[in-house]
Amino acid sequence: MVRPARRADVAAVSAIDAEITGLPKLEHWLELHSRQRRSAAVAGGLFLVAVAAEEPGRVVGFIVGEIRAWEFGSAPCGWVYALSVASGWRLRGVGETLLAAIGAQFRAAGIRKMRTMVARDNLLPMRFFRGEGMMAGPYIQLEKDLE
Amino acid sequence: MKLQVASQLAIFSILELVAEPGRQMTVADIGAKYGISSNHLAKVMNVLGRAGLVRSVRGAGGGFQFCGNARRITLLDIIDLFEPRLPIDPEAGRPGRRTAEAAALGLVLGEIDDSVRATLGSITIATLRSLSSRQRAKTPAV
Repeated sequence: MVRPARRADVAAVSAIDAEITGLPKLEHWLELHSRQRRSAAVAGGLFLVAVAAEEPGRVVGFIVGEIRAWEFGSAPCGWVYALSVASGWRLRGVGETLLAAIGAQFRAAGIRKMRTMVARDNLLPMRFFRGEGMMAGPYIQLEKDLE
Repeated sequence: MKLQVASQLAIFSILELVAEPGRQMTVADIGAKYGISSNHLAKVMNVLGRAGLVRSVRGAGGGFQFCGNARRITLLDIIDLFEPRLPIDPEAGRPGRRTAEAAALGLVLGEIDDSVRATLGSITIATLRSLSSRQRAKTPAV
């Protein structure tokens, strides 16, 4: 089941993220959750969690998004900037369900384009997003070292 | 960018075999759809067989079967069998090797190389199959 994240879920979200990134950052997720609640651009929000049906209350994955308008001249679009599934719960459709749920939230807000960003050498998530029908977009990300 | 014909045939063949799991197809069946000689296709299937992606079943009703994981095998896995290290080393055999200019050009070409490999390495056979289904829905049958 996917539902909006509650403040009580944030510790589990942070634990799933830390399991993957190796960097615990509870404060970051708490701040993000508060910011999402304050903005509330979409009913139900864009910080969603997947809860295990067989273990009610257990958060097994999460997704966070944002609607950004006219950034770099782009028409309003939905950005997915975090999606993680706890190990042991992968390959069970949790990621697909979360992505579909946030896609539905974007559509309900009138958004017709969803974007995300993946490191070029991080093929596993890239395969996941491509498998969900996402293709390279019209923008190229550029960067430089500031010395 | 362009793929070698053998790479394209290998991808098309695997898509055909994946379309009906369990069904065996001959090189003649696949060749008929894409207008390719059985001889050419047999060489491609031989490479795919050695890589463990297809197996041949002998006897009446025999043919080829896909035996990989369509959700894991990527276009790059297949293309690498026919075009190792795609694309080529930007500096190999070029004038100006070891100059700053050649190194700068190498950086640009390396950026393209990384992009190409990331794209091909992230598209699985299952994803390409979904893409072709969507294209079929958009394109009127000819």
